[in-house]
This record gives sequence, C-alpha cells and structure tokens, in this order.
Amino acid sequence: MIEVQDLTKAFGEKTAVDRITFSVNKGEILGFLGPNGAGKTTTMRVLTGYLPATEGTAKIAGFDVFDDSMEVRRRIGYLPENPPLYLDMSVAAYLGFVARIKNVPAEKRAQRVEAAMEMTKISDKRNELIKRLSRGYKQRVGLAQAIVHDPDVIILDEPTVGLDPKQIIEVRHLIKGLAGSHTIILSTHILPEVSMTCDRVIIINNGKIVAVDTPENLTLRLKGGARIRVEAQASEQQLRDALENIPGAQRVQVESLGSGGRTVAVVEAGQGKDLRSQIAAKIVGQGWPLYELRGQNVSLEEIFLQLTTEDPAHKPAEKSEEHS
Amino acid sequence: MRGLYAIYRKEMSHYFVSPVAYVVVCIFLVLSGFFFNNYLVEVITYANNMMMESMQMGQASNFDVPTVLLRVFLGTVGIVLLFLTPFLAMGLYSEERKRGTMELLMTSPITDAEIVLGKFLASFTLLVIMLLPTVFYVIYMFAHSDPAPPWRMIGGAYLGVLLLGAMLLSLGSFLSSLTENQIISGVLIFGVSLLLWLLNAFSQSGSGVLAQVLQYAAVLHHYDPFVQGVIDTTGLVFFGSWIFLGIFLTMRSIESMRWRRA
Repeated sequence: MIEVQDLTKAFGEKTAVDRITFSVNKGEILGFLGPNGAGKTTTMRVLTGYLPATEGTAKIAGFDVFDDSMEVRRRIGYLPENPPLYLDMSVAAYLGFVARIKNVPAEKRAQRVEAAMEMTKISDKRNELIKRLSRGYKQRVGLAQAIVHDPDVIILDEPTVGLDPKQIIEVRHLIKGLAGSHTIILSTHILPEVSMTCDRVIIINNGKIVAVDTPENLTLRLKGGARIRVEAQASEQQLRDALENIPGAQRVQVESLGSGGRTVAVVEAGQGKDLRSQIAAKIVGQGWPLYELRGQNVSLEEIFLQLTTEDPAHKPAEKSEEHS
Repeated sequence: MRGLYAIYRKEMSHYFVSPVAYVVVCIFLVLSGFFFNNYLVEVITYANNMMMESMQMGQASNFDVPTVLLRVFLGTVGIVLLFLTPFLAMGLYSEERKRGTMELLMTSPITDAEIVLGKFLASFTLLVIMLLPTVFYVIYMFAHSDPAPPWRMIGGAYLGVLLLGAMLLSLGSFLSSLTENQIISGVLIFGVSLLLWLLNAFSQSGSGVLAQVLQYAAVLHHYDPFVQGVIDTTGLVFFGSWIFLGIFLTMRSIESMRWRRA
C-alpha cells in the first residue's frame, strides 16, 4: 500500500531524512519510533504530499506522492503533530468543513461526520466551539478529522500526545479497530505504545532507519541481553567450541574473515549478563591473539534509552560501560 | 469547484464569528456616514452661496449638487478603503500558517488555486457587504434630490470602489501569505496601501519621466476617473492586472511554502 524507496529530504545543509526505504502492507499498522528530531515528522509530511522529497520516491496505493499528489491526498487522512483546528468553529461545523474539502459527497457527509465523532467519542461536544475544548478533546477532534472521509491510509503524528492515560487506551483501541480496513502509520516516542498497537516498527534516528522488526522481536533483542562481537586469530571450529563452553553463552555464530586465519564470532548472551571478561579470558587463555571485542547492539540500546527516557540518569553510566 | 466553495464558506463563517468583520464594517459605516453628512452640509452651503451670487449677477446657477456630492463622497470612500482593507486581508493566510491549518488545506485534495480564489472571493464578498449600506445614501438622494443623481456616474464610481477594494484584497492576501504573524502582515499591507496612495502626491510634485511613471503607478490616479463616471480602459487594465498579479503571487507563495518549510 505504501512504498518508500531511498527517500531523502534535506533542508539546506541539514539532511532530515537520509535514504530511507520501507513498505507498508494493506491493513497493517506501522509504528515510527524515534527521538525528537529523528525525521519522523518530515517523513510523514513527505508521504502526505506536504513536503516534496529531495531524492527518492514514495508511493501510496501506487500513486507517487509528488507526481500524483491529488490522487494521494484523496486517499489519506493525516493528523499532524499539532492538530490543525479552526478554533472558532464548532466541532460539527469543523468536521463538516473537512469532509467537504476531502471530497466526501454531500449525501454521505452528515453520516460520516457522525461516525467520526462516534469513533473518537466527541459526540457530546458537537456544538462546542473548539477553542473551549480541553487538550485531550482537541487531540481527538484532530483524530476525527483524519478519519472523517474514511481514507485508505491514515497517517498519525504522535496521536496520543496530550491525552490522559484513559484516553490513551481508548485511542489505541480506536487505532487497532481501524486497522485491517485501513493502513496506518503512526509515530511515537513511547516504546510501550508501539508494542501495544503496531504490527511492525521502524526505528529511526538521525534520519536513518536503525531497525525494522515486529515489536516482539525488538523487545527480545532489547531484553535478550547483549550480543558480543569477537575477532580473534583462530579457526571457525576452535572459536565456536571455545565460546560455546562459556556459561551463559546462548548462541554463537562464527564466520571466517579469510585473510590471515582470523575469525569473527557473535555471541548472544542471556539477559543481563556481561560475558566480555570471560570471553577475553578464554581466548587469551587459549593463546589466540584477540583483535576485537565489543558489544554489538549498542546503538539500538542507546536509541531505546533515549526513546523511553524512563531514567535519564542511568544513560551516561551504561553508555560508558558499553564502550569499555 | 467544491473545494473552492468549501473554503469560501469557511472564510465567510470565520468573518462572522470573529469580531474583526464587525469592527471593520462598523468603523467603515461610521466614517462613511460622517463624511456623507459633512459633505452634504458643505456642498449645500456652497450651492446656496453660488445661487445667491448668480442671482445677484442675474444668471442661472448650474451647480449640480448631487453630482458634486457623490463625486466627493465616493472619492473619500476609496481613501477609507485604503486604510480598512488591510484588516480584512491580514488574517487570510497568516492565521492559517500560525495555527497549522495550512497543513490541513495543503494535504487535502484541493488545489492551491481553489484555496486562493476561495479566500479572495470571501474577502471580496465581505467588502461588498461593507459597501451595501452606502447604497442607502444613493437611494436617499434619488428620493430627495432634483435633478436626479446621474446613474452613469454612480455606476462608474461603484465599479471603481469595487476594483480598488479587490486590488487591495488581492495584494493583501499575498502579503498575508508571507508571514505567520498577523500584525506584521497587517502592517505590510497597510504600508503598501499607503505607498500606493502617496505615489499620487509624489508624482504631482515632480516632473519629467519619473513623475509620469509614478503617476501611472498611483492608485488614485486611476481611481478618480471612475468616480467621475468615466470608465476608462487604462483604469480597467491597471486594476485588473494588479488583482491578477496579487492572486498569482499568492498562489506562488503557497506553492513555495512546501519547498521552504523546515
């Protein structure tokens, strides 16, 4: 449904999105996870046709977002970071206006506005002026605006920002309910949100895709302890045998580097275990020259630390440990 | 077309739920009422004097009160418009940009032209609504004056007022699209209106080619013939091209927002 190929967006010198490639299947919910300034909003703006890409292509339902912008715009609903609300309109009048500019035929308009208010639970505020609504209600009016024309693709930039916990749960349910018949992209910097709503996650940092996976796999990779990369002067078999004997090593993959008999091994350790000192001791004990020893998914961890920001105080300490 | 109508409706309802339209229309009516009354008294006094003079000289007076009054009055309406239209145009795009609603419009299946024309037509409609009560003065004159006011002149003058207003609104909408700040766009529009108005004075004080160029650019130089009931092609082309230029520039400005936005 959505295909993005080598998409790049530069603002002058600064590259906000750097050659990203991904696709979203029909009916899927894709989560964009990344710290502020990672390029989530820019990517979404390119997809909606608001910003032209510097390089690369993006297609929605087979239409190029730039060349066939009108066709794309007909098929998307978009909730920007700040809900685009006319504060001096009533909720119903505003949704009626959006339905009009989104080409909802006149005979269906009232019914669609009603349905959107129903789904976002704002029916009781229909005649209220938007400026008198609380932040949470405003956010939901923004959400209603994105679905009022029943679009094939829904793009939501931080849809749960500003909502209280109960509303967050409701909105997540709503989003899950929309999937299947709609294709959804949503961005967030809250890790649990992704695991609760999304089928697939793209982690983006500094404009680049860092990881694409299901939330389950990502969580496993995160919680499943560190991977350690070892490079030593030994044969594949020797290295494998030596490393597999270390208690706590769960999986060992080896690959010969070819030149000079060096071999690289990746050891997956169990949760919370740091095997680096044992590995070093083992290899040195065997008398093999050790060329490299480092934790591998440091960057992923780092990003998650930034993302979840549960305990920012821990970050520097862990970081220096990872690099030791 | 559907998009254009939707934008138009939204703008109209926006004008009438916000106090801006009421304040502007109200001030316009107070000013125009004041000037009409003032000129009426002045012109009649002047005509009486003329009549007395001519009676002493033993000649018939040919001072045409309705024509002179309408000419002076509608000329003043043009100047009042120069000062009031900035307030009608300043929020057209600045506010949308500030609130982020421009992003909604620009990701909806409507063209930039529909947005620009919808907004322009809405502000023009408000201008017409603002001018409507002045028609009452004209009707009043038809009921009470002898000789009857000249139709041709009134038609020409109103055409001139509408063209002048449309020109200011179209330039105003362009200037409004340049900034997110309503105050800045208001001041910009006001400054440009003032400049276009003052050009007339500059051109009259100078001489030579420069003065001629300035005079051609001066709004009132083209507006005055209309007030005198002369619909002249130069004026039509002048206002027509400004209106077109304003709308064209607004469309380009909106398009460029996509490329600029950081």
